[in-house]
Amino acid sequence: MSAYLLRRISRNPRVLSRIPQRWSSSISQRPGSDRVRFPGAVNSKFTTDMAFINPSEMTHIPTYRVMDSDGVLLDKNRKPAGVSNEEILTWYKNMLTVSVMDVIMFEAQRQGRLSFYMVSAGEEGISVGSAAALTPDDVVFAQYRETGVFQQRGFTLKDFMSQLFANCHDNGRGRNMPVHYGSNYPRMHTISSPLATQIPQASGAAYALKLESLQNPDTPPRIVTCYFGEGAASEGDFHAGLNIAATRSCPVVFICRNNGYAISTPTLEQYRGDGIASRGVGYGIDTIRVDGNDIFAVYEAMREARRIALSDGGKPVLIEAMSYRVSHHSTSDDSFAYRARVEVEDWKRRDNPIIRLRKWLENEGLWDEDTERTTREQLRKEVLKEFGEAEREKKPPLREAFEGVYEELTEEAQEQMKELKRILETYPEEYDLRQFKDGINGL
Amino acid sequence: MASLRLPRLIRAPGRRLYSAAASPSSRLNLPIDYKSTPLLHHTSSTLSESLELPGSATSKSMNLYQAINSALRTALTKSEKVMLFGEDVAFGGVFRCSMDLQTEFGSERVFNTPLTEQGIVGFAIGAAAQGMKPVAEIQFADYVFPAFDQIVNEAAKFRYREGATGVHAGGMVVRMPCGAVGHGALYHSQSPEALFAHVPGVQVVVPRSPSQAKGLLLASIFEHNNPVIFMEPKCLYRAAVEHVPNEYYTIPLSKAEVLKPGNDVTIVSYGQPLYLCSAAIAAAEKALGVSVELIDLRTIYPWDRQTVLDSVKKTGRAIVVHESMINYGVGAEVAATIQDQAFLRLEAPVKRVAGWSTHTGLQYEKFILPDVARIYDAIKQSIEY
Repeated sequence: MSAYLLRRISRNPRVLSRIPQRWSSSISQRPGSDRVRFPGAVNSKFTTDMAFINPSEMTHIPTYRVMDSDGVLLDKNRKPAGVSNEEILTWYKNMLTVSVMDVIMFEAQRQGRLSFYMVSAGEEGISVGSAAALTPDDVVFAQYRETGVFQQRGFTLKDFMSQLFANCHDNGRGRNMPVHYGSNYPRMHTISSPLATQIPQASGAAYALKLESLQNPDTPPRIVTCYFGEGAASEGDFHAGLNIAATRSCPVVFICRNNGYAISTPTLEQYRGDGIASRGVGYGIDTIRVDGNDIFAVYEAMREARRIALSDGGKPVLIEAMSYRVSHHSTSDDSFAYRARVEVEDWKRRDNPIIRLRKWLENEGLWDEDTERTTREQLRKEVLKEFGEAEREKKPPLREAFEGVYEELTEEAQEQMKELKRILETYPEEYDLRQFKDGINGL
Repeated sequence: MASLRLPRLIRAPGRRLYSAAASPSSRLNLPIDYKSTPLLHHTSSTLSESLELPGSATSKSMNLYQAINSALRTALTKSEKVMLFGEDVAFGGVFRCSMDLQTEFGSERVFNTPLTEQGIVGFAIGAAAQGMKPVAEIQFADYVFPAFDQIVNEAAKFRYREGATGVHAGGMVVRMPCGAVGHGALYHSQSPEALFAHVPGVQVVVPRSPSQAKGLLLASIFEHNNPVIFMEPKCLYRAAVEHVPNEYYTIPLSKAEVLKPGNDVTIVSYGQPLYLCSAAIAAAEKALGVSVELIDLRTIYPWDRQTVLDSVKKTGRAIVVHESMINYGVGAEVAATIQDQAFLRLEAPVKRVAGWSTHTGLQYEKFILPDVARIYDAIKQSIEY
């Protein structure tokens, strides 16, 4: 890190000899060897051919898929995913729930009944399919476009609506923007807006799980799953998180949702390499690219990634799931300002994780037009019911604005609460407290 | 290596060529004699007089890095949840604070990380959120800035945003050597405590001595479920030597300590400048016949306002001393609070003696940071106001 440090070490050379570590540099160069034995690359062959590696001449990492866009299995001899039809039907309904809720909440925001919303359109397969391969004990760190993960892991419509309306039943105590969901068990950490910060955190949490199972072999094997978009992968925290996960052998699966856009920025302005997957290899991480519109491919890759993550005492894995962000980035974004409407329409028509699975279900005789219509109608009703109830609920009491900063309220915070109360009492006409639970006494 | 050592042989004893020497005529700005300062427990007998330290049967004379090492060893022994990591921690650390700990506790709990500050702090947050007690080291406080986002937006806000899930990152401590050393220039001298004191959700602690460092560090790890920024004045690592109890003990956070009672002026400081304050007070009390009260803040945020206000209400005069820049520094918060809550008792403006609002240029350190002369002068001006 610093010249200061170098000087300290050079002044005190004895400390170096005491390091109880494996020294890759101690592997001496054998005479006549065809390989370099530098400490930084212990198995690199010599070459007299001066050739720069040109990424554009390399074969691109292939995309794993199980079924085509017509819902037909590519390997017809194989049952998809090795799971029951009933389970596959719950995946479908979960994707549908997310999709139905997205449309209603997007409209609600447009009507001004909600401050903000982000839909998952086009990416429901990635979140539902990957979450289906997890156990309830696994830990999830998400970015924000993973509503399907919450749905698949038992978050109820009431939970979603309470958070979206930031009412008194909201786990986040009314503190976070909409879509920043969180749950203790199954643990899905509360979403925070700063991009990619969750990536090194996921590595640390995974390391904690590994240490826990070392210290207490009776604990069930658990992994951490960390979601992020291809734009977030440009942040320094992506680099930090993957590198540290590799060097510390953490049981963590990183899932990149590569949907082609980070708000308005297309991937050509995001990176010039072979997507995100090619970087995993550079960190020494087992990596796969999957078709994110194929829920079977996502599920199978995740199931195998989980197995790999738990092998050899812990190992990170990277999955790059390809998809297309069909919707606007958020309710604050009009994506037709930077991409053609026809491009979006084309994607909607051509390929979509929900339609693809529906085609498979119909081919299997498990679904039909009538079931589709009644299920959608039923889901719509349930969403609207929870919507109405959540909207009518009171907001959390005002003291929640101050609590939770520290484990205990500081003396300074208590003083500030008292001062706020005095202001509210002195100028009651300036503040509407009717929405808040217990009104002024909530302070 | 021999050639590297040669300059040490020709250097005049006790004098460093690379840092500006004290003026030969100095009467105030003399080197701090850590062997005789009243701020350290030079014998084990004074330990029992301190209310917060255990009247321990056994204690050992150690310097600050050894006390940190002792605290970390005690913590790793006490709980399997404690883990220690950072850059070059495994071989003992560049300041020897983690010496022998990997050998004793294994490479699973004491280990090196790749060279990435944002990664180190992010990793600590994740481990803490899973119930561990990670003690992360940032090699120098000057290099904490890549982790600023993780500390400010993540660690500090974790409990607040998780709300009813009950999940938090309170088990974590981020240790970092801070402060000037005479020749650290721009990137081995900084004291960024004020930046963290502006962030609700973290506790910021600066110990002044070995016995204090051990007690405060153990309290940070075990007794406070909030992320703690623990800043160690690195020039005290080898210089400050005192008796430190061998056993487990803690010193409460957010509680200041009155180091020396007095009636005419209150000086509030923390970390290494306390030794300068002590020397300035000795000189002022002798020359000006005043009585000065010295308070060690210890925890920068959330800070012990009551102890400071009680003192200022008694003395009517206050001076705040710190190394970091005067602009928007800790002194600004302390002075504003005194002005707000002890206005009628003040007999002079609250003075701030702090680093000038510049960078710590290599050759100019002595002129930029507070010294005994400037603190002495502040006492004089406050009294004569």
